Amino acid sequence: MPRKFQTPEAFGTAPHSYHLLPFRFCRLNQEQEILVNEAGEYLIAASGTVRSIVRREIETGSDLFRSLRARHFLYDDQSSPLLDALATKYRTKRGFLEGFTRLHIFVITLRCEHSCVYCQVSRQTPDRHRYDMTRETADRALDLMFCSPARGLTLEFQGGEPLLNFDLIKYTVPRAKERAEKAGKHLNIVITTNLALATDEILRFCRDEEIDLSTSLDGPAFIHNANRPRPSANSHELTVKGIERARDIVGHDHVSALMTTTRLSLSHPKEIIDEYVRLGFGSIFLRPISPYGFAVRTLSRIGYDVPAFLEFYKTGLDYIIRLNRQGTDLSEAYAKILLTKILTPFPTPFVDLQSPAGAGISVVVYNYEGDVYASDESRMLAEMGEKTFRLGNVSDDYQTIFGGDRIRSLVESSIVESTPGCTDCAFQTYCGGDPVFHYATQGDLMGHRPTSAFCRRNMEIIRHLFSLLACEDAELYRVFFAWIRERRVRDVYLEPGL
Amino acid sequence: MIELSTHGRGFNFAKPIVARIWREADGNPTDRGECVLLTDRVPNAWGVGYRAVLTTRTVEAYEVPRTLPCIHSVRQLSHLNSGDLVVMRPRSGHIRTLFRPDSNYNALLATERCNSFCLMCSQPPIDRDDSELVDINLEAIRLMVPTPSSLVITGGEPTLLGDDLFRILRELRDRLPSTDVHMLTNGRRFAWPDFTDAFNESRPPRLTLGIPVYADNASEHDYIVQARGAFDQTIQGLHRLARYGQPVEIRVVLHALTVPRLTHLAEYIYRNLSFASHVAFMGLEVTGFAKPNLNKLWVDPYDYRNEIAAAVEHLAVRGMKVSIYNHQLCLLDRTLWAFARKSISDWKNVYLECCDSCQVRSECGGFFETGLSRVSSRVKPL
Repeated sequence: MPRKFQTPEAFGTAPHSYHLLPFRFCRLNQEQEILVNEAGEYLIAASGTVRSIVRREIETGSDLFRSLRARHFLYDDQSSPLLDALATKYRTKRGFLEGFTRLHIFVITLRCEHSCVYCQVSRQTPDRHRYDMTRETADRALDLMFCSPARGLTLEFQGGEPLLNFDLIKYTVPRAKERAEKAGKHLNIVITTNLALATDEILRFCRDEEIDLSTSLDGPAFIHNANRPRPSANSHELTVKGIERARDIVGHDHVSALMTTTRLSLSHPKEIIDEYVRLGFGSIFLRPISPYGFAVRTLSRIGYDVPAFLEFYKTGLDYIIRLNRQGTDLSEAYAKILLTKILTPFPTPFVDLQSPAGAGISVVVYNYEGDVYASDESRMLAEMGEKTFRLGNVSDDYQTIFGGDRIRSLVESSIVESTPGCTDCAFQTYCGGDPVFHYATQGDLMGHRPTSAFCRRNMEIIRHLFSLLACEDAELYRVFFAWIRERRVRDVYLEPGL
Repeated sequence: MIELSTHGRGFNFAKPIVARIWREADGNPTDRGECVLLTDRVPNAWGVGYRAVLTTRTVEAYEVPRTLPCIHSVRQLSHLNSGDLVVMRPRSGHIRTLFRPDSNYNALLATERCNSFCLMCSQPPIDRDDSELVDINLEAIRLMVPTPSSLVITGGEPTLLGDDLFRILRELRDRLPSTDVHMLTNGRRFAWPDFTDAFNESRPPRLTLGIPVYADNASEHDYIVQARGAFDQTIQGLHRLARYGQPVEIRVVLHALTVPRLTHLAEYIYRNLSFASHVAFMGLEVTGFAKPNLNKLWVDPYDYRNEIAAAVEHLAVRGMKVSIYNHQLCLLDRTLWAFARKSISDWKNVYLECCDSCQVRSECGGFFETGLSRVSSRVKPL
């Protein structure tokens, strides 16, 4: 007697019988809403979907029901909720927490020959003793850095202009490498420099020691030089020459650039982007300034409000996407980070948009005089007299600095899962906390979301990305995944399987 | 199409014998004790020392030494070459090829039992005690010369063997460590931690598991495999395997029940099974259970060309390795040709008459000989 095959109904579920899993939602536009689960999986659905879900009006046999169940928005009695699988996805997304502090910034001097409009910390002085980090401080900072449990560490030299204290770099690099070797840790080294002082000897050192260079390029000469004054007003020329020489000696892929948006930049997104394309960069970061702590007069010259930045950002992003469609490969770094969060099951290593905030637990700053700060912005605030985010001094032990009350309060106040205004935000899993920003702008570590520029900017950028994704344009997805995977658009699809 | 079985009449043995074919014309083998001699003569004292003998002659038992297992009156022997491994069965006189040194499609049949009952199963399960296959497979592994570059373990459902499967895996691990082993399993038993722990202790170094996922949800998957709870077990099993770093390939058979949500399934795989080393979209083999269920399953591959293109693109742009198996190039968009593999085992791989004039025949995977009763109406030479 052969076994009989059973009908689909034998494996179905009773009508309207299902249970909810945690998810958040918001309206995308008049016709659509966005649902996002704990692991960042999303569904763009017709308006009213959430209401129907909650009222148990979704047909269990429908495609929508199947999609909701597949994406862990709900479960039924036919199947296990597969919470282990959801937990794995959640854990994967939070992978950035693994290993604790990865990025260790050494501010080895405050001296600089530039006097950039958005920089609050640099000093124009020949006084080496006062503003340079000593070897003893660097040694002690290395001690602390190698206490971190992270398997991969990044050592970043910053300033001022760190090349003005190049001797300390030459002193620190071999010591850091020796300790990494001994501890079995992977070590990246980066120098953030304006490249104006990068001699061939320095560049050869970087090549031999496999050091990456991160420089500043704000756009074409008229913007760059206005933002970044120096004697002879030739910053742009020196930067471009520096980039070329650095690529020749250190290697093309070892030189990257960051731009900062000032009021002057706002009306020139295309010119700025074209400059990055002209100079052969594969990525541009349309980055706002953090204009807190400036004198009113300075702010009125370089600052802008959130809507002005958003318009600049969207125009720029739109132009970059168009370039990619036409065959020019260029990614926008902030969109790339957010799209990785939205479109992939993987975490991002970007320390400035995570929950809890990266300050202290992902990034730490050893200042020139030996004080330890929770982030780059923290030490900038300190230069203005606000030392709230000083975690300690290199003379303190690791536990005091990285296990102390300061770092604990930073973590507690930046968990968006429990921050007022964030707990029920649809974009929570893609966003993060910024206690330093909120303390500086609102006088409170947690801050007030309805008036937060940080919140407004991120909400709108994420919403904008979703409205692009909602178009289901296959070519756009190719562009986005080319950014995420750091490939050329034309290579991203037609890769043979095996 | 290559023959893999023949038969005659056997005597002088009571249990299945696994041995390596040796044709008499090839002279004297150095390892007689592992060989079965193929001859046209009446086996006599000169045959003693061979593990067994196969002859085309019809002989009487008294003509052959008692210690020499024999199958005689074998009508068809031409497909057997020196070096092939066969299993000879005493009562039926059946001679089945287990291994051909020149082929890339060698497979060990672990068992014919299964805990699923898939609507499109190409090798319907047989519920009987076939535990004798364990010793046959173990002996086959010991006799494989030269070391094969690849080997498939198939079923039925191999994991039903439990400890016996681990014996087979350990034999592969110890004797054929450089062989790429691909085991086809529904993955359900890996949901049990003890089982997966034991598996992990035994697995050979170059093992991949091919595990089917047919839907992004339990009710559709469970219906297709005709087993309640199968989806949950398979997904849990896959996650448990991932914890051990065991490479897995996800296999999706395309038919009327899987095509409608194919892109959703691709997204499910990317989000939940991103650790998979490979995803294979496979054409339906119209044989076995697929025949009686064909009205539920059949979609002309031409009619799902957009769905397969979208699903392949979905995974490929996300960086997952994707292949298309068992599809003819004339039915696939040209952008998909880079993903299409010649995946049909050589012994059942055929082409249609109209394929003779096709310019890309040599790159095309062709058809299952077993599945010719229903092919796309859109097949045409290119």
